[in-house]
Amino acid sequence: MKSLEELKRIKEQTLKEMDLRQAKERGKVVVAMGTCGIAAGAKDALIAIIDELEKADIHDVKVVQSGCMGLCDKEPTVEVSMKDQPAVMYGDVNDVNARRIVREHVQGGNVVADLVVKRENI
Amino acid sequence: MIRNQLLVCAGGACITSGEKSVKDVLVDELKKNGIEDEVQVIETGCMGACDLGPIVVVYPEGTFYQKVTVKNAGLIVNEHLVKGRTVGELLYTEPASEKRARTSGDIPFYTRQVKRVLRNCGAIDPLSIEEYIARDGYFALGKALEMAPDEIIRILLDSGLRGRGGAGFPTGLKWKAAREAAGSPKYVVCNGDEGDPGAFMDRSVLEGDPHSIIEAMAIAGYAIGAEKGYVYVRAEYPLAIERFEYAIGKAREYGFLGRSILGTGFNFDIEIRIGAGAFVCGEETALLRSIEGKRGTPSVKPPFPAQSGLWNKPTLINNVETYANIPQIITNGAEWFRSVGSTKSPGTKVFALAGNVQNTGLVEVPMGTTLRELVFEIGGGIPGGKKFKAAQTGGPSGGVITAEYLDMPIDFDTVKEIGTIMGSGGLIVLDEDSCMVDVAKFYLGFTVDESCGKCTPCREGTRQMYHMMERICDGNGRDGDIERLSKLADVIKDTSLCGLGQSAPNPVLSTIRFYEDEYRAHIYEKKCPSHVCKHLLTYSITPDKCVGCTACARQCPVHAITGEVKKIHVIDQSKCTKCGSCYESCRFGAIRKE
Repeated sequence: MKSLEELKRIKEQTLKEMDLRQAKERGKVVVAMGTCGIAAGAKDALIAIIDELEKADIHDVKVVQSGCMGLCDKEPTVEVSMKDQPAVMYGDVNDVNARRIVREHVQGGNVVADLVVKRENI
Repeated sequence: MIRNQLLVCAGGACITSGEKSVKDVLVDELKKNGIEDEVQVIETGCMGACDLGPIVVVYPEGTFYQKVTVKNAGLIVNEHLVKGRTVGELLYTEPASEKRARTSGDIPFYTRQVKRVLRNCGAIDPLSIEEYIARDGYFALGKALEMAPDEIIRILLDSGLRGRGGAGFPTGLKWKAAREAAGSPKYVVCNGDEGDPGAFMDRSVLEGDPHSIIEAMAIAGYAIGAEKGYVYVRAEYPLAIERFEYAIGKAREYGFLGRSILGTGFNFDIEIRIGAGAFVCGEETALLRSIEGKRGTPSVKPPFPAQSGLWNKPTLINNVETYANIPQIITNGAEWFRSVGSTKSPGTKVFALAGNVQNTGLVEVPMGTTLRELVFEIGGGIPGGKKFKAAQTGGPSGGVITAEYLDMPIDFDTVKEIGTIMGSGGLIVLDEDSCMVDVAKFYLGFTVDESCGKCTPCREGTRQMYHMMERICDGNGRDGDIERLSKLADVIKDTSLCGLGQSAPNPVLSTIRFYEDEYRAHIYEKKCPSHVCKHLLTYSITPDKCVGCTACARQCPVHAITGEVKKIHVIDQSKCTKCGSCYESCRFGAIRKE
């Protein structure tokens, strides 16, 4: 360690690794991980979402899991609720669709209409 | 790809309650489910809520699982992490509202605290220097090395930081004296010889955030002109020693200790010295002798350590909690530090909450917080619907805060006014069943054992006081004992060599001040109003409640109870040893204890 610059670099790098422990205020992505969801590939969706968020350098959106949301026919299902916006439930979320949801909805702010199962309060 | 982090509390209390085996189960279950690469398990320092341990927190949700056992740890993996279902049975249930709390943010024990000293404890991996750096660690050292030493001392003086070891001496003045003292080399010492029964704030910082102490000591070295530091930790703290040793190694590797730190030409290094656990070694002059390898006995002050300390050289000695405040003061400034706490005692104080209180553990609150907030809002009140009687602060050197002072803001000066001391922060809550004479006797017994024997007032005086206390509790108290105790106490306070003796009579004086009626009951009526002192108790059988079941007679170890089946039993007082087993065994409430 020879300089403050180097110290700052370690800080930035480690903060990324500790990112899960920070308060995330901008929104939440819930992946339904009931038995039906897992069987239909919810884990791939979960990993794809985390990966895509990381690629987009988004750190203020929380990715959490829930139990079965009851839509076993449409599994894997994912619910996106961004701050001050109604929650949107997506169905048939495979790896490709999961990445689209992150890019278009979380990042771009546009609901991915063709994947929507249910929209809150509309 | 990490999707979840499990923070497992590896503080001393959680380890004792089975943290290691819980962690093993978690790791095993993660492997069984094939998600060991997606979920990271991190051991942290003490999270504070020691009676809820072992604690596991799941991120990013922040779900707070408590009292996790080997049997149910698997649920966290199989339910929460695999199926996304919160494990309801492991959540904390608020006793008053019976509501389940999902995160620590829903638990009053946590929400009322202001974490400064403990800000990293339970939040980072104490073995990871990178995580410490990520939380702004070592930036204060970087900043300090760009300042003039006098500037650093000015900030400390302006901050109003007072020594957290107990006496509350202004830290900035100590640093100034050490800087101005003539002599070379100079030394920086950290007092981690936490000896008060029930206090463990220093241990938690050393275990949970060791780098904060290393950083602070390096800043101190630069400020006073020292190149060598010693951390004195008691041998009873093996985990603190192990983690601190590891942290020193990492700090050397990263160049925060060693030669030309951050390329500035400033050299500093730290060594650990392990104490054998003598209470007197918490006294600074005795501690310095112990570091030198001599017998730990105190010496007369002046000269103060700042002038003549380790090997008769100028030495700066501060307590662990004091040091833990330093990096943040350098980073955020004196004004920031003064933004909480009271005018004369700014900042926060860590208390070790113990005794008859619902939530025991470590709590950090602003100075000036009332006892009511500590005991009832953070501590959750007294268990079993009992009444609050008093709180003992300052351990064997302190005294009691009674119910009438529940709303008094607690800081260094207010507690002194009512005859106790802040001490290092041990806070033992006593309920209505506690006998204050017995409590004072307990603490006095501790100082009798721990007196180093160098000066007569402490060695002989405390022993004589203890004999009197023993006599009083045994029912042999004599007229004039209270006066004799008070007089002897004053002499010991005035003539003892060091803080141990000077403060040893405090528990007795403080309890005489507030509970003289209890002393009088013991001495003149031969009664213990709280039914604690064994020799002052009488067990007898209420004739109209006794059904003659013989249970008590069968339990009595000395055959003091006579009586036939279905006939009233009688206790022979001359044989009774007051063991209380008849009282425990009677199902009809026929045994009277008075």
